[in-house]
Amino acid sequence: MPHKEQPDFQELLARGQEGDRRAVGRMISRVETNGVADHVMMRQLWAHTGRARVIGITGPPGAGKSTMTDRMVKYWRKKDYRIGVIAVDPSSPFTGGAILGDRVRMNDLALDTGVYIRSMSTRGQLGGLSLACSGAVSVLDACGYDPILIETVGVGQSEVAVMNVADLVLVVSVPGLGDDIQAIKAGILEIGDVFAVNKADLPGADRTARELQIMLGMNPDMNADPPPILMLSAEQNQGVDALCDSVENRFALMQDSNELMTRRNRRLEKELLAYIQDRLYKRVLAPVLIADPFANNIEAFRANERNPYTWAEGIMKKIEERTP
Amino acid sequence: MSDKKIRILIAKPGLDGHDRGAKVIARTLRDAGYEVIYTGLRQSPEQIVASAISEDVDAIGISVLSGAHNYLFPRIIELLKEQGSDDILLFGGGIIPDEDIPPLKELGVAALFTPGAPLSDIVGFLSERYAS
Repeated sequence: MPHKEQPDFQELLARGQEGDRRAVGRMISRVETNGVADHVMMRQLWAHTGRARVIGITGPPGAGKSTMTDRMVKYWRKKDYRIGVIAVDPSSPFTGGAILGDRVRMNDLALDTGVYIRSMSTRGQLGGLSLACSGAVSVLDACGYDPILIETVGVGQSEVAVMNVADLVLVVSVPGLGDDIQAIKAGILEIGDVFAVNKADLPGADRTARELQIMLGMNPDMNADPPPILMLSAEQNQGVDALCDSVENRFALMQDSNELMTRRNRRLEKELLAYIQDRLYKRVLAPVLIADPFANNIEAFRANERNPYTWAEGIMKKIEERTP
Repeated sequence: MSDKKIRILIAKPGLDGHDRGAKVIARTLRDAGYEVIYTGLRQSPEQIVASAISEDVDAIGISVLSGAHNYLFPRIIELLKEQGSDDILLFGGGIIPDEDIPPLKELGVAALFTPGAPLSDIVGFLSERYAS
């Protein structure tokens, strides 16, 4: 924005490390706007990162993720942790607009200077969200926030991709969604390290937990430790302490077994590749596409005057000509 | 991968519990392509400003129906100034008598929308501000 002055990034970082939430907010906006494409910034952050434990929290809409996040933050604040929260909500695929409403459940935290909460929209980009999100995580990590909680609805591709940014994934389930195991077994069940059955005061919670246990017991890797399943009521603040401790224990185990490092290395590779792909697209593919856009050819394709695969081949040829 | 999105915090300060207006505005702005951070009811000016700063928003929109506008708007402006964030635009709406509007605008409230204001006015006001 023209009306905002743009302080130097190093200065922002220094201020953010002293706990200035405004500086943290500015840095995240910059990362988010540019994605990881802002390699200068990411390069400056790199040396300051790697300390924070990054926890992904996911589950169906209405499972109580925001309330749970709020309660977990409050529990961990008693241990004097400085905590970062990234709350992701979907944006409209039609207008690009979004209503980010997770703060409604976390309003008490707004005045706690040891907590930084950022709402983020999916902005309808494939993969872009996880790049922006990992940028935000890097900013928070560099500013000394630990743990960092990323909260997102576990429904779409890009939301599941966000969980790649986390070291550990907490999957939230609730009773009464019918056969919700069906809904979560594809994709989300595999990525969970800790499972929570929220709203455990409602009837059917035991059954939900039991079904989860059975599903998780079907893991073909017999040596793997089954992930813990915890029952709680975030709203009534019951069982939150046990959940938080379980998450911390899991982290300690992952650290001892070197699993944490393995995951982080894998993630870094993915992230860098995504970053290269993004730049490749902009540098190499986008200019060629502008010269012969898909949209200009649709009618010819449909009228069988031009073959779409020949068009695609032609795009490839042009790229090859440009990059000897 | 993305141009800068305009982020707007919509909040409802004070004690009155009628948030329909705030919700309608939030939806309208979403449909106009803005990123709306909705914080809901019963927010103190301190909470609103702290949230706005953390979220690095471009503007704050508040809805006041309680008659406390002559306290709430100036207080938010004061807090924004104190925290070096008076580059954040403040606008609002609600039941605000005509004679109270000029002094509030003088203080720095960018726009006030009273009952009957068409939604297109609000969107128009923002798009004029943020035309890229």
